Amino acid sequence: MTEVIATTPGLFPLPDWAKDDLSDLKGHQKDDLISGDEGDDVLEAYERARTEVIDRQLEAGIDGVVEGQLRWDDMLAHPLCVHDSVDTRGIVRYYDNNNFYREPVVTGDLDFDGDVAEELAGQPDVNQAVLPGPYSLADLATDEHYGDDAAFLDAIAEFLAGEAAEFDTETLFLLEPSLVENAPDDGEDERASEAIDRVATAVDADVVVHTYWGAIPEKPYAHLMDADIDAVGFDFVSDHEQNVYNIQEYGTKDSIALGVVDGQNTLVETPEEIAERIEWVDDSVPAQTFDTVYATSNTELFYLPQNKFEAKLDALADGVEEVSL
Amino acid sequence: MSPTNQTNTREQFRPEDHPTEHFLLTTVVGSYPKPKWLNRAKELHEDDDRDFDEENLQEALDDAARLITHEHERSGLDVVCDGEMRRNEMVEYFADRIDGYEFNGPVKVWGHNYFDKPSVADEVAYDEPWLVDEFEFTAGATTRPVKVPITGPYTLASWSFNEHYDSEAELAYELAGLVNEEIERLVDAGCRYIQIDEPALATTPDDHAIVGECLEHIADGIPEHVRLGLHVCYGDYSRIYPEILDMPVHEYDLELANGDYEQLDVFTADEFTKDLALGVVDVHTTDVESVEEIKENIKKGFEIVPPERLTVSPDCGVKLLPREVAYQKMENMVQAAREVEAELDAGEVDAAYVGD
Repeated sequence: MTEVIATTPGLFPLPDWAKDDLSDLKGHQKDDLISGDEGDDVLEAYERARTEVIDRQLEAGIDGVVEGQLRWDDMLAHPLCVHDSVDTRGIVRYYDNNNFYREPVVTGDLDFDGDVAEELAGQPDVNQAVLPGPYSLADLATDEHYGDDAAFLDAIAEFLAGEAAEFDTETLFLLEPSLVENAPDDGEDERASEAIDRVATAVDADVVVHTYWGAIPEKPYAHLMDADIDAVGFDFVSDHEQNVYNIQEYGTKDSIALGVVDGQNTLVETPEEIAERIEWVDDSVPAQTFDTVYATSNTELFYLPQNKFEAKLDALADGVEEVSL
Repeated sequence: MSPTNQTNTREQFRPEDHPTEHFLLTTVVGSYPKPKWLNRAKELHEDDDRDFDEENLQEALDDAARLITHEHERSGLDVVCDGEMRRNEMVEYFADRIDGYEFNGPVKVWGHNYFDKPSVADEVAYDEPWLVDEFEFTAGATTRPVKVPITGPYTLASWSFNEHYDSEAELAYELAGLVNEEIERLVDAGCRYIQIDEPALATTPDDHAIVGECLEHIADGIPEHVRLGLHVCYGDYSRIYPEILDMPVHEYDLELANGDYEQLDVFTADEFTKDLALGVVDVHTTDVESVEEIKENIKKGFEIVPPERLTVSPDCGVKLLPREVAYQKMENMVQAAREVEAELDAGEVDAAYVGD
């Protein structure tokens, strides 16, 4: 029996009041962004906003509830940007988007930090944690300490494993858009898979490696199948054909995450469309049966204005209700 | 339009009393810092408790447009504009005037910097004029020629949510038709210099063919004497050059001072067959470049085009600079251009251009 769960990859937009309040409290420049030692006013604003987005997910009927990653000014680069051994430098483009983050430059040992675990602490309703996958985090960062790409990826994996080991959630989403956007070459693809495996084995939670903005090329996908993870997430909004092809040709894990709601467009999918997309994938891979289907938006949701973000949460939860597999 | 008909669109902007035989057309990209009192006027207008109505706001906008146009004149620029005093943001301003667009609220660009990214929820259609009033007012406030910058259809499409069209390209082509309509109105109103701003091309350089197709729509039926420019900034130009040379425009306005002319080689590898508007001051530093420094930057342009095809301009809009810094950069830029012209007349500059 397949269980279908409504969830998201996190990284929510701030509620509009919090956009204003935190702009005023923090400022607009590079040096004003989250450093990990914010003052009480800022902490309180985030706490209030976090409670609001958790409640909103519960109200919508989302099953995989995240804390929203509202403090992640630098998007997926956040866990490094707040680390003591990392300098944040110029503003650089976030993948192919009109969004920017501070370039994190690693200048020392990436020892345990605990920033993300602290966000999850004392949130009984949150059952899903979110982290960048090691390959993407290494891709977004610059190394001035470890010396070569392999050592740097190892260090990032070790760091994320240490952070994730402190989580107490049922599920962990590792976001790996770089597996698509800047896919690993020969040799690097195997190391990427091993790095993901390193993080996944550090936690008791079910681990979903979620990808988006297209499909992973075949060889890195084949290597990813060797990692001890519970599910791979596929973007069925941007490239359903190649993603179905990967699953048909190389199989997939016992569970699967399906990006069926567009995280970068204000057009809100109807619950029927969402259910159809999920059923279409299931029909397209008849050789597979799934333990759990995680129905999600393809990308993070911070690209959306607040009203459409909330409408998408509602649609996702309602869509899952209508699925019959 | 004849893409070979280059110098004819430029000579019309040479001032009658221009002191030298050589003429390096000096102009700006468009935006300029807003006077602080204009922002206060807008706040008053938004405050329901204040008696500051639409008429008061329009008067403030007129005052600001006149003031900044005169500031441009005073700096000595050959072609001026109003510093985009009436525009809030380069996509929002136009989306607000096009049927089919709606606004849902702010979205993050970076940190706590947001923009009201609009959604195309229905077929786009021409509704009210976008820039004709702005042009007419500015032209009436100065004796100098006026340039009109206009956000290009590709940027209007890619910096919006597309809910209606099958592809971003299809939306961009529809918007190109509307831009064409607006340019026809501007030309009817007397405008002879129009710059299409396509910063989104720097994000997705592989889409240069879409931008080219858009420009074909835009240039369609526009009289030959009207000078069309394309502004692209903050990207890897090697990914769009030399392909962009085929676009039906007379001039490319490029940001090169910011990268200290590292990308100059891109434009010398293949002959630059159109006019070049060269960025000679950096708009992301408050350090005002000296006249000498700017003269050296201008001369770098001669490695790409001969003097008669060089326009001198800042890298990009200067709206993020303090106003006095923006002014000083323009004044030094004009001064530098005039000195280089005199040196050219005297045969003292060894223009390095090696083309025809």
